[in-house]
Amino acid sequence: MMIKLTGGKVYDPANNVNGEVRDIYVRDGRIVAADPNARVDQEYDVRGKVVMAGAIDPHTHIGGGKVTIARTLLPEDHFKDEVAHTEITRAGTGYATPSTMITGYRYAEMGYTAAFEPAMLPANARQAHMEMGDTPLLDKGAFVMLGSDDFLLRSMAEKQDFEFIKDYIAWTMHASQAIAMKVVNPGGISAFKFNQRKLDLDEQHVHYGVTPRDIILTLARGLLELGVTHPLHVHGCNLGIPGNVETTLATIKATEGLPLHLTHIQFHSYATEGDRKFSSGAVQIAELLKKYPNISIDVGQVMFGATCTASGDSMRQYVGSKNADPKRWVVMDIECDAGCGVVPFRYRDKSFVHALQWAIGLETFLLCDDPWRIFLTTDHPNGAPFYTYPHLIRLLMDRDFRRETMLHVNPDALMYSTLPHLEREYTMYEVAIMTRAGPARSLGLKDLGHVGPGARADITVYNEDSNRERMFEKPAMVFKNGDLVVRDGKVIKVVNGATHVARPEYNRDIEKSLKSYFDRYHTVRMENFRLSDDEIIDGGRGEIIVQPTRARTSS
Amino acid sequence: MTAQAEGDRSGEPTGTHIYNNVTCPFCGLLCDDLQITRTGSTLKVNNGCPRATAGFQRPLPAAKPLIRGSEASLEEAVKAAAEIVRGAKLPLYGGMAGDVANARAMLSIADRTGGVVDHALSEGQYRNFRVVQTSGWIMSTLTETRNRADLFVIVGSDIHKLHGRFFDRIVTPDETMFESLGGKRTVIFIGEGLDTSAATGPRIKEVITLPAAKDRIPEVLAAISAIVRGHPISSGGEEVKRNSLLASFLGSSGDEIAGVKRADIEKVAEKFKAANYGVLVWSPPALSMPEADLTVHMMTEIVRELNTTTRFAGLSLGGNEGAPSAASTCTWQTGYPLRVSFASGAPEYDANRYNIARMLTDGEGDMLMWVASIGTDIGLPQTAVPTVVLGTPGLRLAQPPTVYIPVGTPGIDHTGQMVRCDNVVSLPMQNLGRSQLPSSADVLAAIEAAL
Ligand SMILES: [Zn+2]
Repeated sequence: MMIKLTGGKVYDPANNVNGEVRDIYVRDGRIVAADPNARVDQEYDVRGKVVMAGAIDPHTHIGGGKVTIARTLLPEDHFKDEVAHTEITRAGTGYATPSTMITGYRYAEMGYTAAFEPAMLPANARQAHMEMGDTPLLDKGAFVMLGSDDFLLRSMAEKQDFEFIKDYIAWTMHASQAIAMKVVNPGGISAFKFNQRKLDLDEQHVHYGVTPRDIILTLARGLLELGVTHPLHVHGCNLGIPGNVETTLATIKATEGLPLHLTHIQFHSYATEGDRKFSSGAVQIAELLKKYPNISIDVGQVMFGATCTASGDSMRQYVGSKNADPKRWVVMDIECDAGCGVVPFRYRDKSFVHALQWAIGLETFLLCDDPWRIFLTTDHPNGAPFYTYPHLIRLLMDRDFRRETMLHVNPDALMYSTLPHLEREYTMYEVAIMTRAGPARSLGLKDLGHVGPGARADITVYNEDSNRERMFEKPAMVFKNGDLVVRDGKVIKVVNGATHVARPEYNRDIEKSLKSYFDRYHTVRMENFRLSDDEIIDGGRGEIIVQPTRARTSS
Repeated sequence: MTAQAEGDRSGEPTGTHIYNNVTCPFCGLLCDDLQITRTGSTLKVNNGCPRATAGFQRPLPAAKPLIRGSEASLEEAVKAAAEIVRGAKLPLYGGMAGDVANARAMLSIADRTGGVVDHALSEGQYRNFRVVQTSGWIMSTLTETRNRADLFVIVGSDIHKLHGRFFDRIVTPDETMFESLGGKRTVIFIGEGLDTSAATGPRIKEVITLPAAKDRIPEVLAAISAIVRGHPISSGGEEVKRNSLLASFLGSSGDEIAGVKRADIEKVAEKFKAANYGVLVWSPPALSMPEADLTVHMMTEIVRELNTTTRFAGLSLGGNEGAPSAASTCTWQTGYPLRVSFASGAPEYDANRYNIARMLTDGEGDMLMWVASIGTDIGLPQTAVPTVVLGTPGLRLAQPPTVYIPVGTPGIDHTGQMVRCDNVVSLPMQNLGRSQLPSSADVLAAIEAAL
């Protein structure tokens, strides 16, 4: 079956195509080279429309225990957004933490065809994958969290051989079926269990004596030497604390050239100028990032309205619980492995702090001059639900709209940010980098994020519209593996996506140490902790795609 | 999965097989370290609590699908079930005792047919959900508690009877990771008649019981709550009177609260404050006092208060009959933890209205599909509406169902996944090759396909 999309304006940064008119051919779910002699079974006239690869969200909390805790916590969040089933789609609920099927439908209806859960606890990996398995229309994958797990901290405190630690990192990625690794408040989630309430970059964990700096460098170097494409995904220390920009700058400098991804950097870019001792540090961060080409970021943009924050950072979420709105929150210590904190929150445009958070996020986007190193996220649902992306894209692409919006936010806040002076408007090409080509390259997704020959035929077709919000919220067509799944912003066919994993090499001897650890301390057997391929494939409902890793090296 | 599990998937089970690292579906702890020997279709548990042993070793009676009491083929029974479902205006999907695949299948057919979903043991789970949905909580999990807790407070629940290996695995394990912090444990039982016999051995520093009657446990908790908040309870009662909630509870005069010595309660409260990592443990089904969710709420408020100075957490057990699997799956698929109606097409949540036990009593709903694939005790509720039961052979039924289809048990007759009582960990369930019974999920899918 040959499909042809005729005459679209194509933005495909991975192949250096910038708005040129191209025909795209699809055969058996993949994009193939143009062949004027091919018999076309189905042609779509997309002249005058914009064509891109399906969008990829590299950081969105769509599956796993804390998301389901958030769903449980706030039934009233769903009452206003109950969705009926149709002939082809299941019922569910939306808003800040949508149910799994609704998550899949709404992402697809917005032109997204892949989304990555960035905070999967090893102990909760099975559930995270079950939830992602119930999320249709999207390819997905997960970043597994280490850094507050007792096995790593013990190993570091005991000064275990670095190859041993690398084996453990790799084993964990295999066992939890992950594509990348994240660290959240390095060591801090564990320290909180020992009643330590704060852990700065060079502060020692009260029990293990290791510092967040040690942990970040250990994991980052480990992943690099294991050949994992996505660098360590870092949710740094001191989230949300005024003055934390200093910690973030120090974290960047600590890498000494190692690659790192700093996530939701907006929450880590706070300085302390002004009467309220709260101001933007976005300029300092953007300037320093220019000198560190190995560091990428995503923003974690805040948007005004009610949402629910869900994080592995139990230490900081516990502190944040005093601002819970409504007054209802969950904090958990989990399995000598990790933790979580779920705190509902309302960002108000008239609030000085919230307006400044909003401004800092936009500033970060506009100051960062390399779109290959910055990804568009709201850290769904922490800064805002993902449905706000089209609005965010308009804020970035449309200076006048941005100015108009600024009139409605707390005016004092804007005095502590450079946002009012920033003239930049994102181009279509830059948006395509930030939402497609960049995340695909960063995550090492071989066949996604572009529309050149060989790519999976995940394609989004937008109607040209000078109102970019309208344009991006309702694509004319979305193809998933060559199937037309969305038309005029509505799901017309439901298919399941694949799960992407990375499998760096490791020495199986690590299981001897792990087996003994699990038997002595854990309540789950090592053999059952591991998630098998069959559990994801689930009789054909799911599919696993193993993305390549580089050869393992040693320093 | 063990290599021995492969090989004989068709025909009658033969030979002797040993299965290691088997997960037990018979209580919410999902202990996964069982070793089970199968000879033919007979299982022998080599290590396990009495409940596990009884569950795995129960001889499985021969069972055939039945339509109005007469034997039928699986196909005929599926067809008959589909007819009953098709004829219903408001089908009820209850029991829900199964694994995640079962919950997925029940939600799918309920969504399609505009039905209501609820679990047989929701009443217990709702004692917790009501608290989460009004104030939230601070919780721990089994492994964290096993290694870290220096104070266990068991509230109103006969944990040793309900969860036979909890003490062995969590309170008195051979090794813990932080011997200097949580190596020696103080165990406090609040409530009379609780089996304290398992709180023994070298790991136990001290065992204290505050023997309040079950319905007066809230008074003891209120007093502890007052003390940890810094309100003395023994200074002539002035402080107590100022707190209306306390005053209402502390009706008893003199040196006793709820029949427990005031001084003992004070001593216990001081131990709460002095703990490095205290854990309040309860089993929701055991909290049978009136307004049990208020008891859960008091516990979580004590935990919240103590966290301002030290670390403290709750640990809810229970979770039998796959209740956490049903609730978690329903929550991620609909946003709501059971008691959901799809009658309007969209999920509608009402924890009182869509309680299936209540609906049946009040004559709501015109068909009941009941799944009981694990234990034999959660038989069909009394009802006059047509019933379809997908049950483990030997399920106790007070009345014969309209259609009965025998199904396998996850972790014995087929593979699966289940969610543990702490709602964090889920475990793989092995196929021990006991029978050829279909999974409830497969039967439900067949019924849905036949609609
Ligand atoms: Zn995040």
